[in-house]
Amino acid sequence: MRSVRWGRLAVAAVPALFIGYFFLYPLTRILLLGLSEMSFGADSVEARLVRVGWFTLWQAAVSTLLTLVLAAPMTWAVSQFEFRGRRLATALVTVPFVLPTVVVGSAFVALGWSESVGAILAAHVFFNVAVVVRTVGTLWSRLDPDLHDAGRVLGASEWKVFRTITLPLLRPAIAAAASIVFLFTFTSFGVVLILGGFRYATLEVEIYRQAVTLFDIPLAATLAIIQLVGVTGALYAYTRYQERHASTWALRSDAARQQPVGPNRILVVLSVMFTLLMISIPIAVLVARSLRPGAYAGLFEDDRVVGVPISSAGNSLLFAVIASLIAVLIGVMAAAVITERGGRLSRWFDLTLMLPLGTSAVTIGFGFIVALDWPVDLRASFWLVPIAHALVAVPFVVRTTVPTLRSIPGETREAARVLGASPWRVWREIDLPIMSRAALVGAAFAFVVSLGEFGATAFVARPNTATMPVMIYRLLSRPGSGSLAMAMALSVVLLGLTALVVLWIDRLQFGEIGAF
Amino acid sequence: MLGVHDVSVAFGATTVLRSVNLTVADGETVAVLGPSGSGKSTLLRAIAGLVPVASGSVTWDGDDLAAIPTHLRDFGLMFQGYALFPHRDVAGNVGFGLEMAGASDGEVSKRVATALEWVGLSGFEERPVAELSGGEKQRVALARTLAPEPRLVMLDEPLGALDRALRERLVIDTRRVLRAREVTALIVTHDREEAAALSDRMALMRDGTIVQSGTLDELLAQPADEWVRDFLD
Repeated sequence: MRSVRWGRLAVAAVPALFIGYFFLYPLTRILLLGLSEMSFGADSVEARLVRVGWFTLWQAAVSTLLTLVLAAPMTWAVSQFEFRGRRLATALVTVPFVLPTVVVGSAFVALGWSESVGAILAAHVFFNVAVVVRTVGTLWSRLDPDLHDAGRVLGASEWKVFRTITLPLLRPAIAAAASIVFLFTFTSFGVVLILGGFRYATLEVEIYRQAVTLFDIPLAATLAIIQLVGVTGALYAYTRYQERHASTWALRSDAARQQPVGPNRILVVLSVMFTLLMISIPIAVLVARSLRPGAYAGLFEDDRVVGVPISSAGNSLLFAVIASLIAVLIGVMAAAVITERGGRLSRWFDLTLMLPLGTSAVTIGFGFIVALDWPVDLRASFWLVPIAHALVAVPFVVRTTVPTLRSIPGETREAARVLGASPWRVWREIDLPIMSRAALVGAAFAFVVSLGEFGATAFVARPNTATMPVMIYRLLSRPGSGSLAMAMALSVVLLGLTALVVLWIDRLQFGEIGAF
Repeated sequence: MLGVHDVSVAFGATTVLRSVNLTVADGETVAVLGPSGSGKSTLLRAIAGLVPVASGSVTWDGDDLAAIPTHLRDFGLMFQGYALFPHRDVAGNVGFGLEMAGASDGEVSKRVATALEWVGLSGFEERPVAELSGGEKQRVALARTLAPEPRLVMLDEPLGALDRALRERLVIDTRRVLRAREVTALIVTHDREEAAALSDRMALMRDGTIVQSGTLDELLAQPADEWVRDFLD
């Protein structure tokens, strides 16, 4: 029995050390740095900080509100009605959500909207429509339609039913979706860096600028702390509403979609068309603008400043493979610990492993630069990029494997034990085969996350190991229409790669991309 | 007086109601009796204006209701699963129709209290509906339907979801409440005893159409066909 205990300890220790050293420790260093040297210095700096903080807050609030309003028609259409192409429409709405932020940034640059608040807000809506459609739509589709009908019979007009019955019942899901969208837009980096120009910066962008461009590390640390406070608040709101969400009764177990009749037929068509147009225009324009003569050929030519742009694809793919392997290894071990019955570590693990998802990517990258000089200096290491990506991706692996592991009845394992399997063999013969597909899906998610990751990579990528998002950003920030078209072309390549992996995940029949 | 004239309803390619004819006189209680899936609930929904009528007409005192939307018809409908609003307490449910009619707060609470008295649930105003038992939910749903005093009360399997002992008690209570108010009522059920106990007259429904109507005695004495005789047997 002793060896079993040691084995378990080892399984728990690996993910614990990983999260501890690459996440909690750098975060602590940032906190110490920010708190010990919290001096805002000159008044002009302070004024800028207030402006950045205020902008971060209000753009996130307005983005969230706009997303809720603009996603409402689509949410209504796909949750209430069954029509031909409903599944396809829902899948298409999810596409922007999995797109790399840099690609979305390029798409809006292609639209000619750069350096404006409007572009930032539009890009945020584009990104997050799926969050609202899925989160609110799931609840809405399961509300008993008799509640609506009862309201109508009792003398309420359609609008009154919506206000007095539907809206109050949807409130938990709306609040959960709003806090997620707020979290994403509050920590928005790639989109704001590309579309905000010098005038508009979120805390996330400002941390990057202070640390990388102006080398004011203590100020960046202070900003990171402010950022963490905001993120924690949004996460807290989310988990609170999640709990209430779960307590909503009077839900059907299946969706109750009906064929649209009368004027609803037209409204459903209009809602779906409006939303699909909203999300397809930026992508279509991006592709169109990339088709400039020489843009794709230019990706293969050596450039004095940025090197051969297409070589970034090789880097990205290599990093994505390594990051997925690390994420699956760590994620599966963590899932084993989390699902172990009566394990005391279970809950603690579950929460801690989710943290990197909520923390901003920039903070993770910044933490690496600040903290990973001890015990050996890793800051110039090749491994930093894949490790940063794995850190962001581990929650996805955990989220896909834990439910599958939990679904294995305890008796299955007990039966194997009685038949003479050692604990290790039980895991090997029962758990591993059953969850291997879930782990594969988790790995694919990790791959997508790694391909698109920009916030942390911007800090830790070395000039000669630029990933595609980093290369796109470099091309975008260079003057000249030639490099702009090349940026668009590389964005299309990244878009294509991402789409391939996402399609493959879909083929694995694991459905629900981006279920929260 | 309610009139249903040659009403047909179709969902896509499937016809759910075929040329249904039915009248309910003022103060009369009619039960539509039929096996599940025969289109009874759809008939109530068509009368309420919740599902569009493909052909034929629904009238009140001779006036066609086609252009009148559901919320302006002044009909009541008690749903099979009750459809109580989970985010409102008992008073909030029972008073909903009165609120929609624009009654003052004082008026609403007075009439909610009266309606709860009818169904024997006085003092239940502030109870959350989630905490009610099955029988209490049925009564709250009945009170909610009756409170605005609609010109027609429709009940969809009013006792269908309850266990046998409770049904026998509530069938008596429900009849008492309906009779005392002298309401015009249309009840849908698959249970012969329930139909007989609650109504003055019944209409037998099969495959989306009314096969025969009359009092239970008339139907038993002269069944229109084999199916009617077997179903009532």
